[in-house]
Amino acid sequence: MIEVKDLYKAFGAVKAVDGVSFAARDGEITGLLGPNGAGKTTTLRMLYTLMAPDRGQVLVDGIDAATDALAVRRRLGVLPDARGLYKRLTARENIDYFARLQGLPEDELRTRREALIDALDMGDIAARRTEGFSQGQRVKTAIARALIHDPRNVILDEPTNGLDVMATRALRQFMLRLRAEGRCVLFSSHIMQEVAALCDRIVVIAHGRVVADDTPDALRAQTGEANLEEAFVKLIGSEEGLAA
Amino acid sequence: MNRMDTTPLRRSRTFVTVFLKEVRENLRDRRTLTSAFLTGPLMTPLLFVMLISFTVNRQLDKAEQPLKVPVIGAQYAPNLVDALKAGGVMPQPAVADPEKAVRDQDADLVLRIAPDYPKAWRKGEPVQVELIYDSSRSDTDTPVKRVTGLVDDYARQQGAMRLVARGLSPGVAVPVVVARRDQATAQSRAVLMFNMLPYLFVLTIFIGGMYLAIDLTAGERERQSLEPLFANPVPRWKVFLGKLAAICAFSTASLVICLVAFAVVGRFIPTEKLGMEVDLGPGFALHVLLLQLPLIVLLAGLQSLVAAFAKSYREAQTYLSLLMLLPILPSIALMVMPIKPQHWMYAVPLLGQHLGILDLVRGSGIGSVPLALCLGGSALAALLVALVTMQLYRSERLAISG
Repeated sequence: MIEVKDLYKAFGAVKAVDGVSFAARDGEITGLLGPNGAGKTTTLRMLYTLMAPDRGQVLVDGIDAATDALAVRRRLGVLPDARGLYKRLTARENIDYFARLQGLPEDELRTRREALIDALDMGDIAARRTEGFSQGQRVKTAIARALIHDPRNVILDEPTNGLDVMATRALRQFMLRLRAEGRCVLFSSHIMQEVAALCDRIVVIAHGRVVADDTPDALRAQTGEANLEEAFVKLIGSEEGLAA
Repeated sequence: MNRMDTTPLRRSRTFVTVFLKEVRENLRDRRTLTSAFLTGPLMTPLLFVMLISFTVNRQLDKAEQPLKVPVIGAQYAPNLVDALKAGGVMPQPAVADPEKAVRDQDADLVLRIAPDYPKAWRKGEPVQVELIYDSSRSDTDTPVKRVTGLVDDYARQQGAMRLVARGLSPGVAVPVVVARRDQATAQSRAVLMFNMLPYLFVLTIFIGGMYLAIDLTAGERERQSLEPLFANPVPRWKVFLGKLAAICAFSTASLVICLVAFAVVGRFIPTEKLGMEVDLGPGFALHVLLLQLPLIVLLAGLQSLVAAFAKSYREAQTYLSLLMLLPILPSIALMVMPIKPQHWMYAVPLLGQHLGILDLVRGSGIGSVPLALCLGGSALAALLVALVTMQLYRSERLAISG
């Protein structure tokens, strides 16, 4: 369970996040949808305590990120916008590094790692150094790395960015699986169809503010548009930055 | 499915985990390996030995070999020329323009005997012989001293004979005699030549850790891997300490290789020809290593600090090349103003190591007070730099790459 209450963050004169509130529940996939530059990544960065908000509160499983950042990070699995693999390490070594930083005992580490390699179908690349990996292979490795400690809450920043159709489909299946396991899945995207296809709940962000927060059906009803694309355009106020 | 309670024992692995990962990753990087374990530590000993051998042999050559000196007006003073010949000087035919010959480096020095030499000599008046040379050329130093000495000896000898001929004791003309008692031991003479040794060691440490320092801060930032790294439930200062330790490990290894190389090639320095004794063996190596330990941490911290300011690998490389000039300062300062080492100077990082290593080369050994000051002063500086860098690691901007 991730709760965001009235977050503000400014970089100089630019208000990147200007009063964002929403909640992502366990056993649901919550989509953070918005055009490029709407403040999605900044919001997520405050969630995983990379940045401190100027104002507002972040609660993960009821723990305040401002008071116990380490406990919050322990409950989160994070795929940041920057995947940042270590290219001179193999995929397995990349995963192991984060597992040890999470404090996993070695035997548990091995079981978890191999299970994830299996689930993400990356057995053929696990022993290879990540230098020269395709975008899809990189995302898989980064996700395995992010989930190695079995977090209840999963944050994925633009997970399908740069992936081909097959990799995207596989990733969506994986996200559904995370939901089925009862986890709280929060992901950002600027691709409307993806959000529509996956999400139980959609939070639409534009200009650093939440302009809508509801189920896909309710959003359609709210805007009076049968077509989701039309509904989004109406919510955001322009067609800028939205990809079909 | 949740593992909410990570025991303190598990968490304390952060330092070791980061350290091992950074070492492993960088052991796979050819450029880092070459500079840390090959070119860095081995180039300096080889260069040093070549330089010293060259200098020593050159000076010996000048001192032992027959010295060819053009002599103008040799016919006016056959006895003086004979005395010079006896001293190993080979008089050469006169040159037309001695000043030009010296300026053009055709001759190291030219001796000119004036035509009125015989006349003055017969009258018993002082006569002058001219030595034309260029003191800005260091390699003419030895020949000039040699010829001057020979002429002086000849003059003294002739003067004494004249006094004896007049029934006087030669001692009458020499009321005061300077007796030189050179206190320089064989080792302390070596110090002059080994003045650059401390800098070479610092340079080795610097190069050994440089690529790692860049890779672990600016490089990681450029590859955008700091953000996922900091999403882990570990305090940043522990991550930093692991990285710092990795840098130190590489620069220490670099220094050890360098010291071993010096111990080996040091045997080929022809110091015995100059009557010097220089021991670059295990005892020396261990002492140097001890002196440099806090400096290793200090330099690693400084490198991380500087590299953390840089946005890219290339930028960090530029900054660090500039930082590399810093360790030259004590060497230059001591060369320009030769001062008597005071105890407090040992507490100044770099300067302390410089003085300490020179003490070791001199063979006198380093006293316990200077040693403690040297280690303590540098350790304090290292701690300060580490704290500042740690503070920098806490900043939000550090992790954001885009």
